[in-house]
Amino acid sequence: MNVMIPKFPLAHLIDVALNWLTTHFAFLTKAMSHGVSLVIVGITDGLLWLPPWLLIAAVSLAGWRVAGRRVGIFCALGLLFVWDLRLWEATVETFTLVLISTLIAVMIGLPLGIAAALNSRISRVVMPVLDFMQTMPAFVYLIPAIPFFGLGAVSASVATVIFATPPTIRLTALGIGQVPADLTEAADAFGSTRRQKLLKVQLPMAMPTIMAGINQTIMLSLSMVVIAAMIGAGGLGGNVWQAIQRLEPGKGFEAGIAIVILAMILDRITQRIGRNSPATHAK
Amino acid sequence: MAKIQVEHLTKIFGPRPQQALRMLDKGASNQEIRETGNAVGIADVSFEVEEGELLVVMGLSGSGKSTLIRCLNRLNSSTRGHIRIDGEDITRYDREQLLALRRRKVSMVFQHFALFPYRTVTDNAAYGLEIQGVEQDERRARAIEALELVGLKGWEDSYPRQLSGGMQQRVGLARALAVKSDILLMDEAFSALDPLIRRDMQHELVSLQRRMKKTIVFITHDLDEALQLGDRIVLMKDGRVVQFGTPEEILNSPANAYVERFVENVDMSRVLTASSVLHRARVVAFPQDGPRTVLYKMNEENYTSLLVVERDYTLRGTISLEAAVEAARHGKKTIENLIEETPVIGPDDPLMSVINTLAGWRYVLPVTDPDGKLLGIVTRTGVISALAESPQGEGAAEGGEPVIDAAAVEGSEHA
Repeated sequence: MNVMIPKFPLAHLIDVALNWLTTHFAFLTKAMSHGVSLVIVGITDGLLWLPPWLLIAAVSLAGWRVAGRRVGIFCALGLLFVWDLRLWEATVETFTLVLISTLIAVMIGLPLGIAAALNSRISRVVMPVLDFMQTMPAFVYLIPAIPFFGLGAVSASVATVIFATPPTIRLTALGIGQVPADLTEAADAFGSTRRQKLLKVQLPMAMPTIMAGINQTIMLSLSMVVIAAMIGAGGLGGNVWQAIQRLEPGKGFEAGIAIVILAMILDRITQRIGRNSPATHAK
Repeated sequence: MAKIQVEHLTKIFGPRPQQALRMLDKGASNQEIRETGNAVGIADVSFEVEEGELLVVMGLSGSGKSTLIRCLNRLNSSTRGHIRIDGEDITRYDREQLLALRRRKVSMVFQHFALFPYRTVTDNAAYGLEIQGVEQDERRARAIEALELVGLKGWEDSYPRQLSGGMQQRVGLARALAVKSDILLMDEAFSALDPLIRRDMQHELVSLQRRMKKTIVFITHDLDEALQLGDRIVLMKDGRVVQFGTPEEILNSPANAYVERFVENVDMSRVLTASSVLHRARVVAFPQDGPRTVLYKMNEENYTSLLVVERDYTLRGTISLEAAVEAARHGKKTIENLIEETPVIGPDDPLMSVINTLAGWRYVLPVTDPDGKLLGIVTRTGVISALAESPQGEGAAEGGEPVIDAAAVEGSEHA
């Protein structure tokens, strides 16, 4: 096909920009990467140092206390099954990756969500960016992540954070936006400062919605593990990736089921934390 | 000096308030201003609230009453005019001063309670104190004290959702009382409650107010409530003050057709009080009077009975014509032992209960103050003509004063 209009050199421009950023800032991001990777390795090693049965017992107990007996039993059986499949180490690695990604996502998402809720100008800038972040295929983030953060878990968690932060931002903003006007008015009428109003009224009221956002962030992080494995993040995603390359459906399903179990445990427990927060409790 | 002085207060909502102000000054109507994209919240509102007064601001929805009350603690900032609280113009306050005002001096009760659902009743009541930075123990103690004041002892650790609407609003009231501010703003505070509970809360507010003597600005759209509670009433329409006066003034001389329409629907017998049909007792008897003196006094005024009082006007009872005649025949020295016990009413009793009391009594009814001192008398004809005079009355008596000397008429009735 003959195209008359010259092609807009978008790819070239992006490459040039990224190159420029890489040459000038890579030393910084690499250093950061080193630090984060130390943390990831530290947590993973720490969790693996504990005997699996102890960790399984601890998680099951936590599940039972937070979400009830059935979730507790599910935690125990599910994790024992994973251990039995010899996927314990990979599961712990994946869990660490999800944990770190979620923590970073919440650390970025919560303040941004609050800012977007309290300032309509920030909201107007942030919301379209979130659409972009969420709909851009996640693979694409991996490519520039490598020159900045190198192969491995850190690049994977950077890509994961970009992909998984939007729900936390969105639902934090939504939750604060939905606080009934008469409650914020009451806070004002008693002479609350902006900070007091935020901490004592808006955040507690928005907490169930915020927790729903964090739950979504965790689920999105988990959905990234296989993709992250493509740049050497390891974990359960690595097993799936290997099974794809070697055409071993059995192994693929084993790792896949382990991911499902991990996802369900994290989902049930974090959902329950949201539902148990005082604002929902008291409604 | 008045506690709160509102002077020519105007609030314009919208993008170009200055333009709207200029239009207002040229006499533009609210509708004309609305066409420019601005809206008049309140326009040129002036009134004063005395210390310890319960002032009711009344109007239908859209009359600007909520806008007005929110200007008093600057949840709304006014466009023009001044609000002085204890002489200080709060429209000039900076943020620091404003926070101090809201924390210490003015507290608010909301129509839909606006309680924090994730806090216990005590923590709700303690909110204002927490904002002030009061220590945990002290604020808990003060919150519980306020809760006891509104009758919520025993509910300290409940959550708002566990309480009925009336009790939730008591928490709202306790939250406002706990900070011990001088001024209480109550925005349709009882409107969301069902009628019986509302009546209870009104009574309770009146009795609380009798003890605490706060300065209260109370918003309502319900005239019955306004008349029940208000020492004075500001009547608003379209953001302007239509009438400002005591309940009696508003009922007896509605300033214009709008007020009259409002007043039409009021049950006069309930809102008019004994004091509105009160007459001076022109002649009284004293316990040490002889029967012939008493008969002379009765004859002079053509009365069939006289009220008996001590020298300091403490009411003793009634002496009837028959008893006085009997005593004179037996040559008694004084009427001391012939005094009949007499039902009494207070000046604030509604006419409805006055009518009931009158029905069971043959003579004029004395009105006394809480110390039992005679203030005046109420007669059957006086009550009836007051009701007939009211805007509600069909074919009300044409003009003129009610009954100039009700006692005399009463006397001839029984003569």
